[in-house]
Amino acid sequence: MSNDRPGKVRMMQGNQACAEGAIAAGCRFFAGYPITPSSEIAENLSVMLPRLGGKFIQMEDEMAAMGAIIGAALTGQKSMTATSGPGFSLKQENIGYAGMAEVPCVIVNVMRGGPSTGMPTLPAQMDVQQARWGAHGDRGVIALTAKSAQETYEQTIRAFNLAEKFMTPVILLIDEITGHTTEKVIIPDASDIEIVHRKKPDEDPENYLPYRLTDECVPILAPFGTGYRYNVTGLCHNETGFPTNDSHDIQCLIERLTRKIEMYEDDIIRNNELMLEDAEIGVFAYGSVARTAQAVVRMCREEGIKVGLLEPKVLWPFPAKAVFAMAQKVRAIVVPELNLGQMAREVSLASECRVPVHKLGRVDGRPIPPQQLVEKIREVV
Amino acid sequence: MAGEQSASKKPAVITVNTVWCKGCEICVAFCPKDCLEMEGGKCKVARPDDCIKCMLCELRCPDFAITVE
Amino acid sequence: MFDYLQYVRQENFPHIWCSGCGDGIVLKALIRSMDKLGLSQDETVMVSGIGCSSRTPGYVDINTLHTTHGRALAFATGVKIANPDLNVIVVTGDGDATAIGGNHFIHAARRNIDLTVLLYNNYIYGMTGGQCSPTTPRGAYASTAQHGNLEPPFNISGLAIAAGASFVARGDVYNVKKLETLIGKALQKKGFSLVEVVSPCPTAFGRRNRMARPVKMMEQLRDTVVSVEKWEKMTDEERKGKFRTGILKDIEKPEFTAEYAKLIEKMRPEE
Repeated sequence: MSNDRPGKVRMMQGNQACAEGAIAAGCRFFAGYPITPSSEIAENLSVMLPRLGGKFIQMEDEMAAMGAIIGAALTGQKSMTATSGPGFSLKQENIGYAGMAEVPCVIVNVMRGGPSTGMPTLPAQMDVQQARWGAHGDRGVIALTAKSAQETYEQTIRAFNLAEKFMTPVILLIDEITGHTTEKVIIPDASDIEIVHRKKPDEDPENYLPYRLTDECVPILAPFGTGYRYNVTGLCHNETGFPTNDSHDIQCLIERLTRKIEMYEDDIIRNNELMLEDAEIGVFAYGSVARTAQAVVRMCREEGIKVGLLEPKVLWPFPAKAVFAMAQKVRAIVVPELNLGQMAREVSLASECRVPVHKLGRVDGRPIPPQQLVEKIREVV
Repeated sequence: MAGEQSASKKPAVITVNTVWCKGCEICVAFCPKDCLEMEGGKCKVARPDDCIKCMLCELRCPDFAITVE
Repeated sequence: MFDYLQYVRQENFPHIWCSGCGDGIVLKALIRSMDKLGLSQDETVMVSGIGCSSRTPGYVDINTLHTTHGRALAFATGVKIANPDLNVIVVTGDGDATAIGGNHFIHAARRNIDLTVLLYNNYIYGMTGGQCSPTTPRGAYASTAQHGNLEPPFNISGLAIAAGASFVARGDVYNVKKLETLIGKALQKKGFSLVEVVSPCPTAFGRRNRMARPVKMMEQLRDTVVSVEKWEKMTDEERKGKFRTGILKDIEKPEFTAEYAKLIEKMRPEE
């Protein structure tokens, strides 16, 4: 986000920042179902969307909300839903559908504790693996994260841009702390915000193939009602969009669904690095925990422990290269997270056993205080 | 009216697409004039001259396989 | 002769439905109704879920969306609200719409959103091999009710009426001209409209219930269908084993997308 103009300063909670980001990104359709701690996103959009000619609907359940945004997206609208853990589980089949049929849309998950109903009002980061593997089948997944209201605003816009660019559902994972913390957000001037729109077909309807195989690997789906009549299905399909049992076509399709994200990894992945250059201990932290980790880096440095932070903005595709680079520099990696090691597992894999990876998991619905992370780092040292 | 009458007196042309026909016999069983028969598991037009163009075979064919002109 | 070919995707024929399946008959009635009303193929969307009936969209040359099991109405709701200018037709079955998708069915009816729903009721899960569905009659046989079905069935039209649909009709594939008329009326209705179409499944239902021949199933329809007008004059004794077809409900009430358009108008900043 460039800062050519100063922008407007406002106070808002992360969930409202998400709604503001969606509007700025061009979202004009929201379907949702009430669930704590995400409901403020729906509540805000129920006020904002009709004023802009957009559509808001509270559906009868989570599956319906996910289905409705896919239907809306196929008419060309930028569409979004928001939920939390249990609702995210219920949506998975249709998230898989959007992945298979390559329908751009945004799913926001304000994470709370699980399993099951778990801790509706308390934060967790227990859905990070669900975001990757929650729906059945193989395909590439994009999942972003944010640690503040400001980042939630920016990452919501980016989620729409990535969805439109790569024709895929994009997941934004924030947690209850981020969703419910009211803080300063700088809303940039609209002209300073980069907005991506999905491509439109440039051939005439007679020659149009919705899932044409190209080097880009990203299909061009014409909005329904614009004269391009085609079929969309969750069954394995060929370039025409019709179901197929042809083994070659199926292999091509499923490989492409993974490749179309993998081949753009360098464009998609973004990380923040803090004092990693000379670090002896690397911390890998994301979401609200990254704010703790930022403070801890400075606290440890004051104590003379050289700590650095790798903070991924994109959890999926996983920033394996950055983790590997860190693993070559540091003596050990610490992964604090509000689960029992879901991302620590990925960090271990990506560091290829170069250094020990220490988990610090907290699952009691409380944030990790800086002191707890400092103690962990001292223990590792 | 006269034109319509003479058109309806024209003998019916019943066409069966045997590739699409799945041989369910619905057309044969419910033809009020018994114009159709089964042959080799498919519908066959046996007595086209008896056809009164009621169109029921065309309307009820699940396979889009019969047309009556 | 009616020229169906201008409306179908010929490259996908012959279709996947079994010999004597009623689904093709319903599709033809729908195509004739669309033709009569002059519905634009570019501006019509067909949405379906999973099951035999839900394979219909693959054969129609319009905008087609084959979704997940039970969720057709949810996807269709998104399509219609996002672009109310599109005609949205939902094709579903008894299992798809009243078992796994039952919640969407009653809520779409309650919301009275302008969707035309063709629900093919064949009393069985055909595609998965003949398991009992919410409409399998009590005592009938299914692959998961091999000792006879213990459960009472749903009355689908009654369910839609109770949930708030503005147009509900029942038709069948024996009385095809009447079916075409009912579908035409449903397509014209501004609001949630349902046509429950009784459509035989000789393969999965008939073979287990002494009606293996498609003709036998059609004869049974011929002998058990009664018009709503006639039904009113029949005694309970005479009604036994029969069911009525025709328009069961047709009322005017506020339609969701029209109400939403009014809301947007109200919110528009004054110039």
